[in-house]
Amino acid sequence: MSIPPALDPAVAIKGAFADALQDVIEFRGETTLVVAPENIVAVSRYLRDTAGLVYNFLSDISAVDYWEPGGLWQRPGRFGVSYHLLSLLYKRRLRVKVYLQDEEAAVESVINVWPAANWLEREAHDLMGIDFPGNPDLRRLMLPDDWHGHPHRRDYPLGYETVMFSFNVEEIMKHKPKATE
Amino acid sequence: MAIQTPEPTEAFSWEGSVEELKGLVSERAITGETMLLNMGPHHPSTHGVLRLLLELDGEEIVTCLPDVGFLHTGIEKNIEAKNYEKGVTLTDRMDYLAPMSNNAAFCMAVEKLVDLDVPERAQIMRVICLELTRLNSHLVWLGTHAIDLGAMSVFLYCFIQRERVLEMFEIISGQRMMTSFIRPGGLWRDFPDEFYPALDVFLGDFPEKIDEFERLLTHNPLWIDRTQGIGVIEPETAMAWGVSGPSLRGSGVNWDIRKMMPYSGYETYDFNVPVGQHGDVYDRFYCRVLEMRESHKILQQAIKRLPKKGPFRSDNRKFVPPPRSELGQSMEAVIHHFKLWTEGFAAPDAEVYAAIESPRGELGCYLHGTGGNMPRRAHFKTPSFMHIAAMPVMTQGHLIADLVAVIGSVDIVLGDCDR
Repeated sequence: MSIPPALDPAVAIKGAFADALQDVIEFRGETTLVVAPENIVAVSRYLRDTAGLVYNFLSDISAVDYWEPGGLWQRPGRFGVSYHLLSLLYKRRLRVKVYLQDEEAAVESVINVWPAANWLEREAHDLMGIDFPGNPDLRRLMLPDDWHGHPHRRDYPLGYETVMFSFNVEEIMKHKPKATE
Repeated sequence: MAIQTPEPTEAFSWEGSVEELKGLVSERAITGETMLLNMGPHHPSTHGVLRLLLELDGEEIVTCLPDVGFLHTGIEKNIEAKNYEKGVTLTDRMDYLAPMSNNAAFCMAVEKLVDLDVPERAQIMRVICLELTRLNSHLVWLGTHAIDLGAMSVFLYCFIQRERVLEMFEIISGQRMMTSFIRPGGLWRDFPDEFYPALDVFLGDFPEKIDEFERLLTHNPLWIDRTQGIGVIEPETAMAWGVSGPSLRGSGVNWDIRKMMPYSGYETYDFNVPVGQHGDVYDRFYCRVLEMRESHKILQQAIKRLPKKGPFRSDNRKFVPPPRSELGQSMEAVIHHFKLWTEGFAAPDAEVYAAIESPRGELGCYLHGTGGNMPRRAHFKTPSFMHIAAMPVMTQGHLIADLVAVIGSVDIVLGDCDR
C-alpha cells in the first residue's frame, strides 16, 4: 500500500474551510493557519483525518496573552491559542492559531480529536484563564484548588518584592505591616 | 510599584470541588464499594512529588487520578521577565535529570526566532553534551526503576557510572548538573583539554557496564515476571494521547525526532533507533537500555570528528558576546559587550516552536517574542506532562505493585511536568 502524496495544508484548508481561514503565515520555515475559533474542531478533525494531511499527533497547545498596558494589543484578540500539530507520517509540523477576545476567552475543546488535549487545555485554563467547553475535567492543575487569578496573564504581577533604594524607601515602607501590629 | 500581590477575584467553595471529583471516579466509589487511596506526594516510588488518587477494588486499580503541581515554580512566567541569554539558566531546572536537553530546546527556539547560526563544530559539541545527558538520564531512570521493583544493586551500579558523567560535566562547565552550558548560538565555552582523556576513558569501558546492568535484569525471570504484559498501551492510543520518546517506541511506533526531523547535525551520525513490539513495561525498559548503547555509538563518532580547535559559538556579535580578549582591542567589541550584557538582544514579535528528542520524549519550546529583549511567552511542552496525563490509560485493571512498574517505565520527572 503506497502512501498518498502530501498536500499543502494551507491550500487544503482554504479549499475546505474558505470562510474559516483568516490568515496564513510563513515564518522561519513554519506554517501557521489562523482560523476562526468557532471552526477549530471541524478544522482539527479535517487535518487529522484527510489523506495527504494526517496530522495525527498533537504536540502542544500554547496560550499567549497579548495584553499591553492601556489595552492596546496589536492583535485581533487579547489571547492567542496555538495548536501545534505533527504528522508522524509526513514528518512535518503545522500550527493552527485562534485569537480570543478578552471578555469571553473560550474555544471549544479538541479533546475528541486528540485526547492529548485534555491536560494541555487544563493547563491553559488554569494558568491563562481560557475556557474550553467540552473538556470534561477543567479543574486547576498546577495551582492549588483555591487559587485566585490566572498567573500567566500579562497583567498578573510577577509577585516579587521591590529592591529598596533610598529613592523608593518611603513608597515601599507604606506597604509594609506596622511594627506594632 | 512596590510589593505586588494579586487581588482576589472570585469566591471559592469546597463543596463545588468535591462535586467535580465525584464526576471523575466511578459510581462504586460514591457508594463505598471501592476504596479511594491517596498515593500522596511524599512517596519513594512516585519519582518526585506526584500525587495519585487511586480508586481501588481490593488491590486492583479502577481509576487513577494524577494530581500534579507540587513542583510548579513558575519558570515560564519568570522567563518572561528575563532576557534570552539569562532565560537559559531557568530552563536547567525543569527536567533536572537532563538539564542540557532543556537548554538545547530553549536555545534552538531562540536561534530559530532570531535566525542565528550555530557553527558546525558547536553542533558536534552540542551532540556530545546531549548524548552524555541522555546517558545520565537513562542511568537514573534504570537505577530508580530497578530499585522500585526491588533490584537494589542496579541502583548503585548506575549511580557509579553517573558520577563519572557528572565529573565530566564539572570539567566542561564547572557545574555537575545545572550547567546552562548550551547557549543561544552554540555553547558557553570550549571543552577544556582535561575533558578529552576523561571522555575516552569513559567511552572505553561503558559498554561493559551496560552489559553488567543487562546481566542483572534483561533475562532475569523475576524482572520479566514483573514487567512483561504490564502497563500495555496500544500504538494508536499512545499517539492520540501525545506519548512520545521511548514510551512511544516501546509500542512499536518508529518515531525519533533525531532521525525523522533531525537537528544539530544528527542526520550525519550512524545510529539505530530501538523500537519495541508489545508496548509493555519490558519493551520500554529494553528500548532505553539499547538507546544507551546507541548513545555510546554516537559519542564515539562525534568525538572522532570533533576538531580540537575551532569555534564553539556563533560569531554574530549582535547576539553573542565577544570574548574578553577582544575587549582590549576593539571598540565595537566593547559596545556589543555593553549592549548584550545590559539589555540583551531583541527578538521579533513572532512565534516559533522547536522540539528535540529529550531522554523522555519530545521536548518542545514555544517562544513568542515582543520585538524587545524579553519574550512575551515561553511555553514548554514537556514529555512527562503528557505521560502522566496518559497514566490512567496504562494502569487500569493493574495492581498497585504494577502501578509502580508503570510509573518507572514512563520515566517521569516532576520538574519536567510541573515546571
